[in-house]
Amino acid sequence: MAMTLAEQILARASGRDEVAAGEFVVADVDLALLHDIFAARVFDLLTESGFDEVFDPSRVVVVNDHFVPAPSAGAAEIHQRIRRHVARFDIPAFYDVGEGICHQLVPEQGHLRPGTLVVGTDSHTTTYGALGAAGTGIGTSEMVYVLATGRLWFRVPETIRFELSGTLGSGVSWKDVILYLAGRFGADGAQYRSMEFAGPALAEADMSSRLTVANMGVEMGAKFTIFESDAVTDTYLASHGGRSGAGLVTEPGADYLAVHHIDLSDLAPQVALPHEIDRVRPVDEVEGLEIHQAFIGSCTNGRLEDLRQAARILAGRRVAPGVRLLVAPASRRVLQEAVETGVYAILVDAGATVLPPGCGPCFGGHGGLLAPGERCIGSHNRNFMGRMGSAEAEIYLASPATVAASAVRGRISSPQPEVVSSV
Amino acid sequence: MSEGLVRGRVWRFGDDISTDLLAPGQYAIEPVEVQKHHVLESIDPTFAATVEPGDVIVAGRNFGCGSSRETAPENVKALGVACVVAESFSRLFMRNAVAVGLPVLACPGVHEAVAAGDVIEIDLASGRIVVGDGGVSLSAQPLAPEMREILEAGGILALLRQGRAGRDPAVDGSRTA
Repeated sequence: MAMTLAEQILARASGRDEVAAGEFVVADVDLALLHDIFAARVFDLLTESGFDEVFDPSRVVVVNDHFVPAPSAGAAEIHQRIRRHVARFDIPAFYDVGEGICHQLVPEQGHLRPGTLVVGTDSHTTTYGALGAAGTGIGTSEMVYVLATGRLWFRVPETIRFELSGTLGSGVSWKDVILYLAGRFGADGAQYRSMEFAGPALAEADMSSRLTVANMGVEMGAKFTIFESDAVTDTYLASHGGRSGAGLVTEPGADYLAVHHIDLSDLAPQVALPHEIDRVRPVDEVEGLEIHQAFIGSCTNGRLEDLRQAARILAGRRVAPGVRLLVAPASRRVLQEAVETGVYAILVDAGATVLPPGCGPCFGGHGGLLAPGERCIGSHNRNFMGRMGSAEAEIYLASPATVAASAVRGRISSPQPEVVSSV
Repeated sequence: MSEGLVRGRVWRFGDDISTDLLAPGQYAIEPVEVQKHHVLESIDPTFAATVEPGDVIVAGRNFGCGSSRETAPENVKALGVACVVAESFSRLFMRNAVAVGLPVLACPGVHEAVAAGDVIEIDLASGRIVVGDGGVSLSAQPLAPEMREILEAGGILALLRQGRAGRDPAVDGSRTA
């Protein structure tokens, strides 16, 4: 029986020849990721439950990324507890404050390979599907269970396949593609489902773009967001120390809940309006709305390619008076590469405030929150009410290029060349 | 929970009630006893202060969308909410609710059929929901046996600790289909 990408992974992980959507399986977890909001509590609960070791320290990654640097004594104390736990449980893959965001570090530092099952204490664990891994978020208690046993229950999800064709136009990025899909299919359009991406358009989607798309699959409710392995996957793995392995490929005849054929050629830059991720419109429709803050960063769009997109627009220009442009590189390596390639200087010359690699503003924790009545456009992933501070603030989500163009004009603005050159 | 019958007064909310509304990021490192006072404050500042143990939340589509934060169902449970019934749930919220022992049922049609302040009776095992004095009844999708087993144990940690005491902690073996 032909299986979807999700079924192939769950069958292997549960030691079965085949599984089908709707079945419950108990599967072995290949990699478990914890970050600083939850790690201390998970290890506390693990200890309280009578466990003094984890199932396999080499399959655990711990990252301090949400409170970078610690914005309060409480956060500092959480980091302190995590450092002690990591030493006590003897976990080698520990990334402390300043190294980067977990969903950047796990692929960048070579922890992934196609066909594996990954769980993380973070909803955006779907990101790893860009490299052909079935990644999904779980809660604190479930992570305790995983660290203790190496296993967890899963319902095998139905799969929705997206066959993408065409070539993206100038000023359009894969962030616009995933925003468009969220708008078209809804914030629950892939609820409990695995999203599978395929089609000729992917040949031009670099790994950074795929990570963006897979990252935001969860905003449509997806359990997994998986790309088939191809030359782009192999090249990325080879240059990021990833363990090679058999690639993950589509089996013809697999059973899909739906297959959508979408031509991306005519797609315009998109923006999600407050306060729902699926309230998506072409940027042109809200062109001219005044903004107070612009944010480029997060696990969605904080990679070098994203910063470079922004730098192309910001080069030789200044951020508009009254606008705060915040940039948070996704990792120390991204920051270093931005410095080496001159991207960093362009951002700073344009008036950007560069934040340390981390999650602060995106999750509304610290470092760039909003006052009542303020409007922010950001390259991140959520625009829920109250997400970045005041419940009376507004968050718009767009590509790094759209955010940069908007920062320059002080108003929501399309990044298309004719618009930007008129600034 | 093993008795499986809940009877409570309804608080009614709309679609896409996010984890940011249920567990705001600003309070991420506060204990649940603090966080619970901020549940839904952005859309109903009176809720956390006036909800009573045994009350029930009825909501629209995609309840609990957003983050993996388990404090979302934990906060709701800590306020004494006996069950959340929604048109549909985000998968993470549903997993986390089961993991912490908060009963949840997906019931298409419930948002339309129930008003704030109604008293409803919910049979968790069968999924049958009766509104008021029995004039209206609805059928929710019953939870899978695998999920009910965790819920009835009082959460996945309770199951794990039972396993530590000699019982196999895995939840497999209960169904193969």
